Amino acid sequence: MIYFNNVSKVYRDATALLDVTFTVEAGEFVSIVGHSGAGKTTLTKMILAEENPTDGTVFFESINISALKSNDLTKLRRRIGVVFQDFKLLSNKTAYENIAFAMEAVGKTEEEIASDVPHVLELVDLSHRLSHFPSQMSGGEKQRLAIARAIINQPELILADEPTGNLDPVNTHEIVQILKKINDLGTTVILTTHNRGVIESVNKRVITMENGKIIRDTKHSK
Amino acid sequence: MALIALKRIVKAGFINFKRNGSISWAAVLQVVNTLAIIATILLLQAVLHSALTQIKDKVDVVIYFTKEASEDKIMAIKSSLEKLPEVAQVTYTSAEEELRLFRERHSNDYPTIQALDEIKENPLLANLNVRAKEIGQYESIANFMKSDNALVLSSSSIVDKVNYYQNKKVIDRLNTIISGAQEFGFLLTLYFILSSIIITFNMIRLTIFISKEEIGVMRLVGASKMHVRGPFMIEGAIYGGVATLITVILFWPATAWLGRNMTGFLGINMYDYYASNFLQIFAILLLSGIILGVISSFLAARKYLNK
Repeated sequence: MIYFNNVSKVYRDATALLDVTFTVEAGEFVSIVGHSGAGKTTLTKMILAEENPTDGTVFFESINISALKSNDLTKLRRRIGVVFQDFKLLSNKTAYENIAFAMEAVGKTEEEIASDVPHVLELVDLSHRLSHFPSQMSGGEKQRLAIARAIINQPELILADEPTGNLDPVNTHEIVQILKKINDLGTTVILTTHNRGVIESVNKRVITMENGKIIRDTKHSK
Repeated sequence: MALIALKRIVKAGFINFKRNGSISWAAVLQVVNTLAIIATILLLQAVLHSALTQIKDKVDVVIYFTKEASEDKIMAIKSSLEKLPEVAQVTYTSAEEELRLFRERHSNDYPTIQALDEIKENPLLANLNVRAKEIGQYESIANFMKSDNALVLSSSSIVDKVNYYQNKKVIDRLNTIISGAQEFGFLLTLYFILSSIIITFNMIRLTIFISKEEIGVMRLVGASKMHVRGPFMIEGAIYGGVATLITVILFWPATAWLGRNMTGFLGINMYDYYASNFLQIFAILLLSGIILGVISSFLAARKYLNK
């Protein structure tokens, strides 16, 4: 599903990625682990075409992501659900509206929105927060809302960039369980983290990065 | 489908305007400033126009005829003058009428009337008072009087004098002042309108700058550029609409005060002018406000929409 082919990213004064090659198959749960500055976020940004490689190519199935025009990029992003460490919720929209916005973006009808949004909020245990703004919610609730937004359009891939970075252990565990459940239902998940505990509890394939390079790619086993 | 998208964009624009609170009102007040400048300039132009019309009305050229000139010949010149495209009006005053008017004007001036009575005969001359459409056209009318066309119709000998040549300096100077005032007014208008547009544009850009991260998030969750930009443009239109309403309401008491206290100085009753041209002024302000709001939002949002 995702194919990085000898990808390098060089900024003016630093190399973020160096000759990175790996493949993620459909339905996989891949954790990308590494210290800050290892290149994890740059890698996720390339899948979303927020950054383009200096060298090499990134494919989503047969699509060369960096060659996409604006309209096609919008269509690609609708196939990916994103979850960020800092949640990136729309602050002047309620929980309901944050999710409705993602549905409106793909052209869902009002009826579909009215029926699906309460359902997904129930899945992440936020039914009671329907009309609350992000500023009125806790970190764990915000992240659950971000996950609800990411999965509402049933994307093929969930990209979670340090989703537990700002959460306490209890909320971290909850988020990991939700992501595992999403993966069990058939959605590919790419999770970046620097938290060893998260990797242990996921217990799936782990790609370890250091200084922009992949130094290990292993199927995790306890 | 497109209709649903449009409905959502409009709804989102209104909700954003409401939820942005003080930021929205700061932008509205800035648009009010711009519209107030445009409205003031519209009213000042009316004052300038009225002042210039009054000055222009005071300028004329009078052709005095000799005592020998027959009324027929004078009337022939009058009708040929009236055919000129530059001429707005030609008025004939006979020598007798001129005398009657002179006596009327000087009815309280006993020495003058006495002197006139002693002369016995009428010293005043029949004349044609010519008003041009524009001040700059008097010279060509005076030239026409000297030309063959005029002479064919009558005889140059019947023209005693044309006061244009005596007043030429004053008329030329007035002409320079009037066209200077018009040019200066235009440049001043341009400066104020441009500077307030730039300030408003930057104010709206600032309101969108606050949302720049959210614009990026919207794009990441798959929203099209129009879906992201649309609500900002609707917000911009709302700034323009609300600002127009505030501006026209503020100008109501302001022009009423000017009408009561400054009509003599300004030459026109500002309140009457504002009331009788209200729809026109409202339309100009509304259009300016909406265009300013929408274009500023469009350009400001574009900057953060590239990816």
